[in-house]
Amino acid sequence: MSTDDLAAAYPVDPDELAALHERLASAAEREGLLDIAYRILDTPVGPLLLAATDAGLVRVAYASEGHDAVLQGLSDQISPRVLSAPSRLDTVAHELEEYFSGQRQTFDVALDWRLSSGFRNTVLHQLTGIHYGQTASYGAVAALAGSPKAFRAVGTACATNPLPVIVPCHRVIRSDGAIGDYVGGVAAKRTLLDLEAAA
Amino acid sequence: MSSKQPFETVVARYGAVVLRVCRALLRPADADDAWSETFLAALKAYPDLPADANVEAWLVTIAHRKAIDVTRAARRAVPTADVPVTSTAPAADSRDLDLADALARLPAKQKQAVAYHYLGGLPYADIAGLLGGSTAAARRAAADGIAALRRNYPASKGESR
Repeated sequence: MSTDDLAAAYPVDPDELAALHERLASAAEREGLLDIAYRILDTPVGPLLLAATDAGLVRVAYASEGHDAVLQGLSDQISPRVLSAPSRLDTVAHELEEYFSGQRQTFDVALDWRLSSGFRNTVLHQLTGIHYGQTASYGAVAALAGSPKAFRAVGTACATNPLPVIVPCHRVIRSDGAIGDYVGGVAAKRTLLDLEAAA
Repeated sequence: MSSKQPFETVVARYGAVVLRVCRALLRPADADDAWSETFLAALKAYPDLPADANVEAWLVTIAHRKAIDVTRAARRAVPTADVPVTSTAPAADSRDLDLADALARLPAKQKQAVAYHYLGGLPYADIAGLLGGSTAAARRAAADGIAALRRNYPASKGESR
């Protein structure tokens, strides 16, 4: 009689655990204990992690950022009460699907900006004024943010954008017309700009 | 320095262990309820858990309390269905169900000691804290339980030589 024998006497079906997990997520939401809900959405730029607090969407992350690392960061910075709970992300997931199929140009979801602050936060708010299909240079965004010489800081703000795609840092390019860096990689930036140019 | 993991990782890592412990103590529907109550309570308390705590032992301890709550609630709700822990006849063709049934027939303390230690990995000192009595008594209860299972479940003799 070993531990394995005993454990085998209570076989656990992954589907049963999944159902219990779903029940837990619902109860947590109902009781106000779901500080961070997340899901993974498959998109043309790879799987995107979407995470929301009760205030709104707080994080969008590319696979290249390491989803486990991003979840650990959310746990450390906001709350360890983190669960995979897709329903809180249904609206933004639906809007992203429409965006990637060329049927949507703006996002209409509440945003939780708590992961950006100071000048970076100012910069990211300016980005929401660059409309679908347009681009602006790092310098132009710096000027809009009130610090015309701070184009490098604009680059940093874009590189650390906690809400890429939704807050369109991909629309910021170099003043010489080169595409510039991107938090999700240059290929993803190109995909997004091409998508928006085609519409 | 490792920081506290997101709760999702805790569910993924220990969900099955806690479900086995609950199933060893309760009927299937009650086991699901106890699992849900355990993880909901754990989620609530998780921010205050020390980062270096033994998470598995912490969860099994919560499951112990929730199993008691669920059993009491079930008794109140259906007074006639008085803890039929031994459930119905085990499925004739299932060795595993036979063993689960044999465990369900053990005296309460032996059953709990076996479930917490062998399924939940809980140290005997912690089990003593839950069941009362000494660490040695908890160890003895588990040993007696295992011995009874060996008697009542001869099919396992071949593996336990």
